[in-house]
Amino acid sequence: MQTKRTVFGNRLLPYALLLPQLAVTVVFFLWPAAQAVLQSFQREDAFGLSTTWVGLTNYADLLSDPTYLNSLKVTAIFAPAVTLLSVGLGLIFAASLDRLARGSRVYAALLVWPYAVAPAIGGIMWWFLFNPTIGLLPYLLAMVGYRWDHALQPTDAMILVVIAASWKQVSYNFLFFMAGLQAIPKSMIEAAAIDGAGPVKRFFTIVFPLLSPTTFFLAVINLVYAMFDTFPVIHATTGGNPAQSTNILVYKVFVDGFIGLNLGSSAAQSVVLMAIVVALTVIQFKWVERKVTY
Amino acid sequence: MIDRHPWLDALAHVVLIVGVLIVAFPVYVAVIASTHGPNDFMSGLIPLLPGHEMVANYRSMLTDGLSSSGAPPLGGMLWNSLVMALSIAFGKIAISILSAYAIVYFRFPFRAVAFWMIFVTLMLPVEVRIVPTFKVVADLGLLDSYAGLTIPLIASATATFLFRQFFLTVPDELMEAARIDGAGPLKFFRDILLPLSRTNIAALFVILFIYGWNQYLWPLMVTTTSQHYTIVMGIKRMSDVADALPQWNVVMTTAVLAMLPPVIVVVAMQRLFVKGLIETEK
Amino acid sequence: MLTRSLIAGLALTFLSGSSFAATEITWWHAMGGELGKKLDEIVAKYNASQSDYKVTAVYKGSYPETMTAAIAAFRAKQQPDIVQVFEVGTGTMMAAKGAVYPVYQLMKDTGTAFDQKAFLSAVVGYYTDADGNMLSMPFNSSTPILYYNKDVFQKAGLDPEQPPKTWEDVEAYSKKIMSSGAAKCGFTTGWISWVQLENFSAWHNKPIGTLQNGIGGPDAELTFNGDLQVRHWTNLKKWQDEGLFQYGGPAGGNDAPPKFYSQECAIYMNSSASRAGVIGNAKDFKVGFGMLPYYSDVQGAPQNSIIGGATLWVLKGHSEAEYKGVANFFTFLSSPEVQADWHQYSGYLPITEAAYKLGQDQGFYAKNPGSDVAIKQITLNPPTENSKGLRFGNYVQIRDVIDEEFQNLLAGKKTPKDALDSVVTRGNKLIADFRAANG
Repeated sequence: MQTKRTVFGNRLLPYALLLPQLAVTVVFFLWPAAQAVLQSFQREDAFGLSTTWVGLTNYADLLSDPTYLNSLKVTAIFAPAVTLLSVGLGLIFAASLDRLARGSRVYAALLVWPYAVAPAIGGIMWWFLFNPTIGLLPYLLAMVGYRWDHALQPTDAMILVVIAASWKQVSYNFLFFMAGLQAIPKSMIEAAAIDGAGPVKRFFTIVFPLLSPTTFFLAVINLVYAMFDTFPVIHATTGGNPAQSTNILVYKVFVDGFIGLNLGSSAAQSVVLMAIVVALTVIQFKWVERKVTY
Repeated sequence: MIDRHPWLDALAHVVLIVGVLIVAFPVYVAVIASTHGPNDFMSGLIPLLPGHEMVANYRSMLTDGLSSSGAPPLGGMLWNSLVMALSIAFGKIAISILSAYAIVYFRFPFRAVAFWMIFVTLMLPVEVRIVPTFKVVADLGLLDSYAGLTIPLIASATATFLFRQFFLTVPDELMEAARIDGAGPLKFFRDILLPLSRTNIAALFVILFIYGWNQYLWPLMVTTTSQHYTIVMGIKRMSDVADALPQWNVVMTTAVLAMLPPVIVVVAMQRLFVKGLIETEK
Repeated sequence: MLTRSLIAGLALTFLSGSSFAATEITWWHAMGGELGKKLDEIVAKYNASQSDYKVTAVYKGSYPETMTAAIAAFRAKQQPDIVQVFEVGTGTMMAAKGAVYPVYQLMKDTGTAFDQKAFLSAVVGYYTDADGNMLSMPFNSSTPILYYNKDVFQKAGLDPEQPPKTWEDVEAYSKKIMSSGAAKCGFTTGWISWVQLENFSAWHNKPIGTLQNGIGGPDAELTFNGDLQVRHWTNLKKWQDEGLFQYGGPAGGNDAPPKFYSQECAIYMNSSASRAGVIGNAKDFKVGFGMLPYYSDVQGAPQNSIIGGATLWVLKGHSEAEYKGVANFFTFLSSPEVQADWHQYSGYLPITEAAYKLGQDQGFYAKNPGSDVAIKQITLNPPTENSKGLRFGNYVQIRDVIDEEFQNLLAGKKTPKDALDSVVTRGNKLIADFRAANG
């Protein structure tokens, strides 16, 4: 893991600096998470009145459950799609804005403030827009001869949830790319321009590599967002339907645990989920940290 | 500016205009919806032009508040949301900039462990571990309090991660120079790192303020009296009706009103970005 | 001045000592919107009517959110006295013997006068144990009915005063409506699970599961993959292919109401509690009301429909004084005046005979055509084993399975028989899981 070439030598100060964050993390995250791990080896009724140890049964059940395997597959499509779409659009908008001297603040404000909409409300808006009867988008698509039906067509449903989930992240990514672009020293770009590099070449040889820490940060954040924070969106639009085609892992945890009150299975799913993401980010870290230039 | 490419500028304008249209469209629909009568949504295409009920909708929301639609008064909920959003934003920024500083600028035993311990909190949002977390908060006696509303949500790695990434891009020479000048770690942090992080703090503040403002499920769980209700809970209360249709116009009116504070934050912070840009022109 | 008002205040406190020491009772509920406002009104009226108890009603989100919040609170020993739970959560609540305080027991223990026979049997039957004792207090119950567009009927040359009575009628009327160009589609429906499978079975006096649809005990299994249900789902698929029927989406069927309001579909089946919303949204046409359709060649149909909605459960772990208050509050809630008011305002069923009678005396049903269709439908015949209700563990998930398999059917991925067989197999596995977890 990276640090600076030179570091400060204090012994106790770093612990003091870490203390507040670690305290909150231990009390409100690790402790409850440990209880979830414990729960994954148990079978329990909702009220916690009768608890039996079942060992790995919950995990074994998961792996033999076709809906769970399907959910893995759905997530493997959904999360990268959301990340790619929202990071890509955020970068395109930020790069476009960076070119402009005039009007940039107006554009920036207009691009960012939709982020202020609560996911719960955003989901409702998308439900309206995509409604097969009253929605605008199916109406427009019908004019070009496409019959939109996300209630029965898995592909339509997937497109809907990807768009709805990416929507607010575009603003988020845009904001960070803008901050990243502003931090790039103008002198470097000027030097490249003097060497005769055109704007497109400059973007790919200088700007984009310099943005790589931001891009990496956003890639991780967006993947995690898509995998974990998207259930208000799915809840308000497809609810995992049709036929489980948009039932991503975290929504399944939510439905099985929160709505279905099947705590053992839901806990086991949370543990698997955590393992997947820890593995994913470790690999990502090891891999990307080697390649990313700082 | 370096060189002019009119066609590229034009392309940039086109991209941005299309982008604004796409990104802002759902919000536009919400605003339009807030100007219509209660039953204008379900019959035919959703309205795309302003209706005639705007004054009536907003007046009734601002004067009677949500009490006419089954929620406590608007003012109290807005205040609670504000307290919650500000506490979360400031709390997260404070604890995470310190921990990122420790991780990047110090070498000490268990550094990697600490980093991963923090980082792992990215993984599971509060909704998934809600039952055990609720129990912890209840055991600590924090139910139905601002502390219970905010502190559990401060435990997240996003901000630490961002500061870490940013600190890694800060040239090492700065710190070496500071050490030669005899500056200790706290002085370096206060006089050099903190000012440099201003744009990032501003960006994070926007994100975290909105994150805190838009929380829904957690406040619903930990509040048991209406005196700690937040505005997004109020909106959900109006839109989540069993066996009947919500009054979409009023829901959207409230949604638009609830959007205003975060929008103000975003626009105000926009200025800070631009200011940061001018001052750090390199 | 200040001292004087202080003394006055003190004196007042002493005089109304009991009100100051009023026992607090908390009630967590899921009634948002206008219903929540009405509920607050009822609670305020109760609090004003006496000074021994003070009920605090707290909105805790949607039905699943309210239920989970109460369960999480129970595990942390912070549970409310009363919680409102939707009908499909009945199995879970019933199984939690250490957590719930059965209402009949509560009434007996507190010495509160309570006559279970005063309640509509079709409502109470859903919430009684095998011996017929009432476990929870019915509050908001509804049943699916049929709505239709009178203007479209007229345009299609049908009698606008005659709702379709049978499924044969629905098919014939739909064809006529479409061929005459009066509307684009014949019918749509909310709640595939509740309306087109559970109620469909009860209405035709066919079993949903063994052991009186699960009311007889936890060992029950689902059996709603019989010939008649297969026949109905076969027809629904055929009608969808022909455009007669449009699917309104899973669970409550959020896409269904706009189809009816925008006059795309002429007939619409959904909860009787939607009545006010339907009338309000039907801006450009008149709405007619009817009972659910049935297949005319089926013996014993129509039987009676079953309910949905929610009841109030009392949770254990509170003081005797609080339970006295709960019993007192329940007596107030089920009084004819409160019930009739709530029923007439919301469209939910009246839960007692007396409340229904009061509505008749007030002339409410005469003034509001269609408002008594639901009551007539659930009381059409005395409930049989197949039409009392249903009770299975993990039923929330089973409802999702029904939606999923119905989607497989409509998408052409499964035959009606395969889809229903799969619902039963997967559902029975969920029921077995629930049994195992509740030991």
